[in-house]
Amino acid sequence: MVKISDYAGLRPAWCPGCGNFGILKALNNALVEMKIEPRQVLLVSGIGQAGKLPHYTRGNVFNSLHGRPVPPAIGAKIANAELIVVAISGDGDAYGEGGNHFLHAARRNHDITYLVHNNQVYGLTKGQASPTSDVDFITNTTPYGATSPVNPVALAIVIGASFVARGFAGDEDHLSQLIEKGIRHRGFSLIDILQPCVSFNHKNTFQWYQERVYKLGDKKCDPSDRKAALEKALIWGEEIPIGIIYEDNLPVYEDQLPALSGGPLVKQKFNIRRVKKLLAEFM
Amino acid sequence: MSIDLSFMIGGEAGQGVQSVGFLLSKVFARGGYHIFADQDYESRVRGGHNFFRVRVSDAKVSAIADDVDILIALNLDSIELHQSKMVTQGIIIFDGKKIKRVNDDNGSFLSIPLEKLAEEKAGDKLMINTVALGAALSLVNYDLNVLNEVLEDRFGKGKVGNKNIAAAKAGYDYVQSKYKGKLRKLKPLSDTKKMLLTGNEAISLGAIAAGCKFMAAYPMTPASSIMEYMAAKSKDLDLVMIHAEDEIAAINMAIGAAYAGVRAMTATSGSGLCLMVEGIGLAGITETPIVIIDAQRPGPAVGLPTRTEQGDLQFVLHAHHGDFPRAVLAPATIEDAFWVTVNAFNWAEKYQLPVIILTDQHLASSHATVDSLDLSHIIIDRGMLFSEKKDDPLEYMRHRVTKSGISPRAFPGLGKALVVTDCDEHDEEGHLTEDAGERTAQVQKRLRKLISLEKEIGTPTKHGPERAETTLISWGSTYGTVHEALDILHREGASINMLHLNELWPFPVKAVADAVSKARNSYVIENNATGQLAHLIKAETGYNVSDRILKYDGRPFTPGYIARAVRKEGS
Repeated sequence: MVKISDYAGLRPAWCPGCGNFGILKALNNALVEMKIEPRQVLLVSGIGQAGKLPHYTRGNVFNSLHGRPVPPAIGAKIANAELIVVAISGDGDAYGEGGNHFLHAARRNHDITYLVHNNQVYGLTKGQASPTSDVDFITNTTPYGATSPVNPVALAIVIGASFVARGFAGDEDHLSQLIEKGIRHRGFSLIDILQPCVSFNHKNTFQWYQERVYKLGDKKCDPSDRKAALEKALIWGEEIPIGIIYEDNLPVYEDQLPALSGGPLVKQKFNIRRVKKLLAEFM
Repeated sequence: MSIDLSFMIGGEAGQGVQSVGFLLSKVFARGGYHIFADQDYESRVRGGHNFFRVRVSDAKVSAIADDVDILIALNLDSIELHQSKMVTQGIIIFDGKKIKRVNDDNGSFLSIPLEKLAEEKAGDKLMINTVALGAALSLVNYDLNVLNEVLEDRFGKGKVGNKNIAAAKAGYDYVQSKYKGKLRKLKPLSDTKKMLLTGNEAISLGAIAAGCKFMAAYPMTPASSIMEYMAAKSKDLDLVMIHAEDEIAAINMAIGAAYAGVRAMTATSGSGLCLMVEGIGLAGITETPIVIIDAQRPGPAVGLPTRTEQGDLQFVLHAHHGDFPRAVLAPATIEDAFWVTVNAFNWAEKYQLPVIILTDQHLASSHATVDSLDLSHIIIDRGMLFSEKKDDPLEYMRHRVTKSGISPRAFPGLGKALVVTDCDEHDEEGHLTEDAGERTAQVQKRLRKLISLEKEIGTPTKHGPERAETTLISWGSTYGTVHEALDILHREGASINMLHLNELWPFPVKAVADAVSKARNSYVIENNATGQLAHLIKAETGYNVSDRILKYDGRPFTPGYIARAVRKEGS
């Protein structure tokens, strides 16, 4: 029986009122709901306030370099396909420093879940603009205002992610369900999470998001319709949709690897006799 | 050695130079001969000038010869560029119908209508290279059946195989009827076929034999053939090779796989390694074992993409910020590359650190015969592993401070132990910390691993008398060439010996200090512009090496080049 107390980690060093608390709670609830034990989970994070999350819950943890949670998550998933691998980033980590990895991990459709805490600002380095900062957002590094932001969910759909969702840290239950669905989905699952930063983003506040978000799924729609999904993904402004924006069964990278058909790589016994055959090919 | 014959095949990219060179090497290796062959090619798919040198001997050879006995010139450039390297009795094969500007003034030219024969006998004028191959073997009266067998293995028993056999026979017969010279006849030496391997193949086989299950890489000359080989064998050998989006992803993927418990590697060349540098430190602080192949080419930046250099030594010793242990190995020969790679995986796991193998284009894409690789000598040592039978998994700490500095490894998901690690400084459990005491303890723990690792470093290879006036010091792929230069100088009566390193870090301080202090003159011989090993020797032993023989034109040394430099004749 998995209990919420199994996921009690170290005391968070986040600011009081930070949106990260809601994400942490939603993740823990999803794992408990799915009856997953901490030892079955691998949390791979990058650098930023989001990158600290794995230390504040329990599981196997690989806290990686800035922008790099996705590549080691892929390596670990291929090495042991039985692990439930969740990569965790902030918006700078995922869409700035790690942009290329995000692009190609989504395209290849690796079977990992990617939680991106998107507060539209840099928190750990104290208030610089991020790739998702709104236009004209003034910070120390963008004194004339931020330029056109990346739209992560639209991007994910275009580059071939097979599960694309947007959550809101202020709606833990809804987010928890999204995380559960993302983990259950086979293939690359992006969950971009709107997360108020109480210290450095005084524009996109809790209230700002609260006034704009609405849940998809209240209306009937087909999440596998890529064109319709893209239309939904492009909505940003007075209204911001949250929920599953796109979901389809696309070929999963790990499924095309013949080596994995014999079970997790890490459990396969190595047989040196097969090497002898290889040597003979060079005679 | 009583047989020592060098072939050269020259032509433009796309003319099949590589194919003829490989097949020629294979034919002699099948007949029990020792081979060393290297490739010189430009960074282009068509045109330019490429050549392939094949040295055939009845004794072990691991260097290219200075001279050429038989030149297969597929174009005029090949004659103009290489004629000066021909031995007196040498023969240049060319197609007189296509290359008209040749003046045969010393009887060393043998015109063969390569294109005409290819068209008439094989029905395909593109097969001029195979006609030339048959002709070259005919010059030394080699057994045509061995060639046919090799062609059949390569091109199959169908139409393509038969056309190649017909083309080769046409060249062979033509020479038999026309050539009246006195080149030595070469018969197959024995029925014992020898393996013919490139450096990259030896490394790939070494990795597979060491139980490497995961490779991630991004293509880069001259390392790419490692990832291609691993990909080709991934199904039969149950391993995974992932072509990553860039080198940064490649090394980080390998680290993730290694953290999860499989042996993992990546391979690249210098500027790819520049992108991987952050991963070297990540492996260092998370104590994740990975093997990184750096097949060097001349830098900086893109440099000379298809050529050779030993310019990354100081770079790989220092790549990344901060202090942490690593190992750096540099195979001396193609056979050595196999064993060094096996060893690299063991050291990586025993000491939980990144191990870098330095090769270069010269080693990576040269071919050599290897007698046998005795797989029974392979030991797989995965280092200290955490046992849930003996110890409580709930007490497991990935970075436990121990006397040796080595903390037993557990793998995520395989037991009850939670495996936590962090690229931030961390406590023993693996959680990030800024505590001064914990930081100091972790740095010291990581560096303590070097104490045991230093004991693994063997003695550098020595040749020549124990005491000599001159000592040649070299590292990595130049071993065979320096050794042969030493033999030349010995025969001339010089008081000279050599010291060769294939393990560079931890540095074998005592052996090198001993050698340098005993010699009146010491030379480093390096394929780089500044004498990077000389700097390392100075830093580690305090001794100055008295002279440097350096080459940084992107081409490998030859024995004659080194001998001339030692005699101060200039190159």
